[in-house]
Amino acid sequence: MTPAQTETAADVVVDEGAAGNGRRYVFSGDWRHETAEAMSAKLKRLGKPAGGQSEFDFSGITAMDTAGAWIIRRFMNGTADEVRFAGSDRYAELILALPKQLRSPEGETARAPLFQRLFAPVGELTVSIWTDTVAAMYILGSAVRGAQMKLGRHAGVSPAAIVHQIDRMGVMATPIITLMSFLIGAIIAQQGAFQLRSFGAEIFVVDLVGILQLREIGVLLTAIMIAGRSGSAITAEIGSMKMREEVDALKVMGLSPIGVLVFPRLVALTIVLPLLTIIANFAALAGAAMVAWAYSGITIPTFLARLQEAVDFSSVAAGMIKAPFMALIIGVVAAVEGLKVGGSAESLGRRVTSSVVKSIFVVILIDGLFAIFYAAIDF
Amino acid sequence: MVQAVIGKQADAGGKGQAVLSVRDLTVGFGENIVLDNLNLEVLRGEILGFVGASGTGKSVLMRTVLRLLTKRSGTIEILGADYDKMGEAERVALDMRLGVLFQHGALFSALTVRENIQVPMREYLDLPQDLMDELARLKIELVGLAPEAAEKYPSELSGGMIKRAALARALALDPDLVFLDEPTSGLDPIGAAEFDELIAKLRDTLGLTVYMVTHDLDSLFSVCDRIAVLGKKRVLVEGTIEDMLACDDPWVKSYFRGKRARSIVREA
Repeated sequence: MTPAQTETAADVVVDEGAAGNGRRYVFSGDWRHETAEAMSAKLKRLGKPAGGQSEFDFSGITAMDTAGAWIIRRFMNGTADEVRFAGSDRYAELILALPKQLRSPEGETARAPLFQRLFAPVGELTVSIWTDTVAAMYILGSAVRGAQMKLGRHAGVSPAAIVHQIDRMGVMATPIITLMSFLIGAIIAQQGAFQLRSFGAEIFVVDLVGILQLREIGVLLTAIMIAGRSGSAITAEIGSMKMREEVDALKVMGLSPIGVLVFPRLVALTIVLPLLTIIANFAALAGAAMVAWAYSGITIPTFLARLQEAVDFSSVAAGMIKAPFMALIIGVVAAVEGLKVGGSAESLGRRVTSSVVKSIFVVILIDGLFAIFYAAIDF
Repeated sequence: MVQAVIGKQADAGGKGQAVLSVRDLTVGFGENIVLDNLNLEVLRGEILGFVGASGTGKSVLMRTVLRLLTKRSGTIEILGADYDKMGEAERVALDMRLGVLFQHGALFSALTVRENIQVPMREYLDLPQDLMDELARLKIELVGLAPEAAEKYPSELSGGMIKRAALARALALDPDLVFLDEPTSGLDPIGAAEFDELIAKLRDTLGLTVYMVTHDLDSLFSVCDRIAVLGKKRVLVEGTIEDMLACDDPWVKSYFRGKRARSIVREA
């Protein structure tokens, strides 16, 4: 019963002039998907039958499906005049049930010229950056406004939703953020100590780790982690709700989808990211202290004393100030992408990917802008 | 009638032979037995309408027959062969002879309609692209879609078009037995009637056997040769529409002789 076993050969033989003035075609065997390719080629080789009457003899056919029937039907269209069928009626009936000719779609679009194909994407990208910015502003604005618009029995913000999101995006992310930062701190300390050893300045590894972690790395890596972890989740959640018309249902109920869906997530992210950054900083410094002690023999009290000298308030503040901005950007980009999801599962996947990529990019961009800003105001 | 023309085993039997026979089938989830010693036969060339209250296990039965769910006990014979006693190659050969129209179409959203139809062709047959394109267009024509629909994605189609496209995909390999899960749900009455006619027409021309789960009384009255009613974990009653109207079971009575059904009977 495998395809190979059921396959029997099909054939067609031309019998010139046997049926009066026309040609006679004798079909035999299985005219099915499996034999369609060979038979299609064979019928093409036979060429267009001459005019006059032809006869199609189906008495030798053992089986036929739409593929086989279509090939014969297509061949028949070539015959100028009348076709008579001989043999089994049921095959003729099947062939005649098929449309005579396939309609081709109207207004088939021609391929665009090379110039257009080259520059159209550039233009589209430019426009999409602008519309993305506008959409982000819209979401930011309506997140604030949407929260005020909820004039039902409840107050503007629903604390339960925010707390739930804080739990999911913050509390549950704590272990991985802690572990990651601990390792990063340890790695920076080890690399720093190794390089500084040749100058006999190993103690400055404390300055290195302290300033680098508190000003830059701590908040940056936490934000990137959260963009991958929570940004993608926000896009997927909002996107799948969009796909199933749940977002439309909210609108129809008079609720602002952005107020209900986006606002709690934005607030939760803005609260959570600074807190996670603090945890990350502590974990990284602990990792650095451990490595400094084990690798360079800097004791913990020495480490702490040196840290107090190296790090001042501005180092801590410079890092922490960035956190809420990055949180907002991650949340807004994720929401923009989530609301762009169309009807298909594929578009959801594409949007989640672009949400993560865009938010990580923008987070790094913002970090750079802050660095320039701090340098300019000598912070 | 061109019935059984498509039969891959030449002259495998005419009308009246069982294409699907389910014997003593029991299916359950945990403690909950959904189908208990159920028996059912579908005959070659017929359109069997399958009805039952929501939650009685119509979908469970269809999914069990298609082996998307596992059964507790009983035998299922499709096209004269017991699936449990088959080898890998035979199972693949059998799958080629079945077509399924899922309730929501289940078209692959990342592919166009034409590519959807070509998925089974590509998988099982070794055809050149231009012939496959032609066959896909033929199937699109057969189910009554506009040729423009070929290059559209499922998200760009209306509900009725999705059903037709899904039917075209189910018919891609000229199956012997087609399962339709609520083919007319969500269609307007005119679209539903057209779909019913389409199924009857395809049955006549292609010699299909159709297993149709439906709630549409119009379909049951107009195209179904036989009707089976599922209830109390088994097939309550099966037979023609007259048998249904004569049946004494309270559920069957209220289903076929309720207000909505009566208006159809009056028209008929």
